[in-house]
Amino acid sequence: MSFTLYNYVLSGNCYKVRLMASLLKVSYEAVSVDFHPGKAHKQEPLLKLNPAGTLPVLVTADHEILTETQAMLVWLAQQYDVDNTWWPAHNQPQITGIMQWLAFASRLSATVGELRLHTMLNKPLDAAPTRAGAIKALRELESHLTEQRIHGHPWLAGSSPTIADIACFPYTALSPDANIEHDNYPAIRSWLHAVRCLDGFITMPGIFELHTLRNPAGADASPLSDTVA
Amino acid sequence: MSAREHALKYWYPVAMVNELASGQTRETVLLETPLQLEATADGNLNASAHKQSLSVQNAFDHWWVTLSDNPYPLFKVPEAAETDRRFVPCGVVRVLCSPLRAVENFLDIAHFPFVHTDVLGAEPHTEVYKYDVKIDDTHDEVIASNIRFYQPQAAKSAEGGIETQYIYRVPAPMVAVLYKTCPQREDAMDVIALFVQPVDEETCDVWPWMALYDDTSSMADLIQFQQFIFLQDRTILENQLPRKLPIDPGLEIPTRADLTSVSYRRWLKKRGAYYGALEGR
Repeated sequence: MSFTLYNYVLSGNCYKVRLMASLLKVSYEAVSVDFHPGKAHKQEPLLKLNPAGTLPVLVTADHEILTETQAMLVWLAQQYDVDNTWWPAHNQPQITGIMQWLAFASRLSATVGELRLHTMLNKPLDAAPTRAGAIKALRELESHLTEQRIHGHPWLAGSSPTIADIACFPYTALSPDANIEHDNYPAIRSWLHAVRCLDGFITMPGIFELHTLRNPAGADASPLSDTVA
Repeated sequence: MSAREHALKYWYPVAMVNELASGQTRETVLLETPLQLEATADGNLNASAHKQSLSVQNAFDHWWVTLSDNPYPLFKVPEAAETDRRFVPCGVVRVLCSPLRAVENFLDIAHFPFVHTDVLGAEPHTEVYKYDVKIDDTHDEVIASNIRFYQPQAAKSAEGGIETQYIYRVPAPMVAVLYKTCPQREDAMDVIALFVQPVDEETCDVWPWMALYDDTSSMADLIQFQQFIFLQDRTILENQLPRKLPIDPGLEIPTRADLTSVSYRRWLKKRGAYYGALEGR
C-alpha cells in the first residue's frame, strides 16, 4: 500500500485526503477511527501517532507521519501527480496563490468545520463568533472566486485545478451542515459545481454526486457549461 | 390534551450508557424542558428538570428519561436480550427537523437509490415492490412487512449486492425499529433502531442503535457505516418543508410506496400524537 489513512467518514479534513487520492487514482489503506461518539482520536494508540489528537493522520510506506491535512495534499501531489498540475512547482506565481489558499483552508476548518461539529454532533462551542468567522471567510472566498471568473478561471489559483481547490472545497461544500446555506454565494456555487465535475470526484455525506455525471444526457459536462465564462 | 402533554407520557433517550464518566454532568433539552444529567459513582444517571428528579431507566445501551409521573411503559425489543449480537450505540446526531419527520424518513424505502446511492440502493433498481402494512392490535404498533429491495451494500458485512428483506416497527411515536436481512446469517435478521429525543417540535437529537450479527467488522467501522447513512439522510431532512410533519391528507401527496408513512401518520393522529405534526391542509 502507498500509505495508511487514519480516517473518520464524516470529517471534512479526512475527506480532503480521500478526494485528493481519488483524483490522483491512488489506492491506500483506510483505518476507521471512532471519532464520534468514542473520541478515539483523543486516546491511545492514536495519540502516539498524533499528540495533537486530530484527524486525519497519514502514515507513509516509509513510516513518515503527517498530521496536518494541507501538508498531506502537498505530499500526495508531489508523490503521485505525474503531470505536476495539482502542485505545479515550476509555476512560481501559481504556487504563491496555492500557498495562500492552503493556509486559508485552515480558517475554514476552524470556523465552518467547528460550527458543523457543534450543529451536527452537539460539540460544545461558543457558536456566535464562530459563525461570524465562518461567514467572513466564505465572503472572502466568494469575492476571490468572483474575480477569478472575471478572468475566465473557475479555480482558486491560476487557470487549472490545484490542491488549493481541494483544500478549500470540503468545508465550503459542507457549510449547509452548519446551517450556512450557499444561497448568498453564487461564485462559490459555480466553483463547487466545477470541483464536482472533476474526473475521479467522490462524495461524502452532505456532498452529493452530480446526477448528470452518471447519466450525461448529451449535455456539455464541462465545468463552465452552466455559467457565463 | 395539548400535543406536548401527550408527548410527555413517553420515555426518551438522553445519553448513551457509559458516555459520561462518574461525576460528569451535561445539559440537554427534552420537549423544550432543560435537563441536567449527572453520572453517579455507581454507574447510574441522575436526571433532573427544574431541580426535580426524574425517572430514569437503562435500556438498549441508552439512558431513557420521562417527564411524566405516569408514563406509558417503554417499548420492547426482544433481540436486545440475544447476547450473541453486537450492540452498537452510534452516538447522537442533531437534526433540525420535526422528530416525526426523522422517524418517517427512516421508514421510507423509495429514497435509497437517490440518497444512499451505491450503498442501500442504486439506479436502475428503484422500484418499491408491493408490501404490507398493519397496525398490530396487541402492542398498538405500526408494522410494515414483506418489503424487499435490491441493495449494493446492505451492511458493513455485505460483500456485493443482495436483495434485502425488511420489516419495520413503530412502537412509539418517536421510535422506529427495522429488521433486515443479515448478510452473515440466514436464520436471523439485523436490528437497527432510531431513538429520537425531541428537543422541540422542529429540532431533534437522534440516537441510532444497532443489534447485529457481524463477527468481522471493527466497532469503529460499524458505527461509521451507520453514521455515513444517517448523515446522508440529515441533509434531506433539514431541507424538507414544512418542517413539521403534515398529519392530515392534502398537503403532501403520497404514492403506493408511501404506505408505511400513510399508516404512521394515521396512527399518530389516532393516538393524538401531534407533537411535531402539522394539522390541517
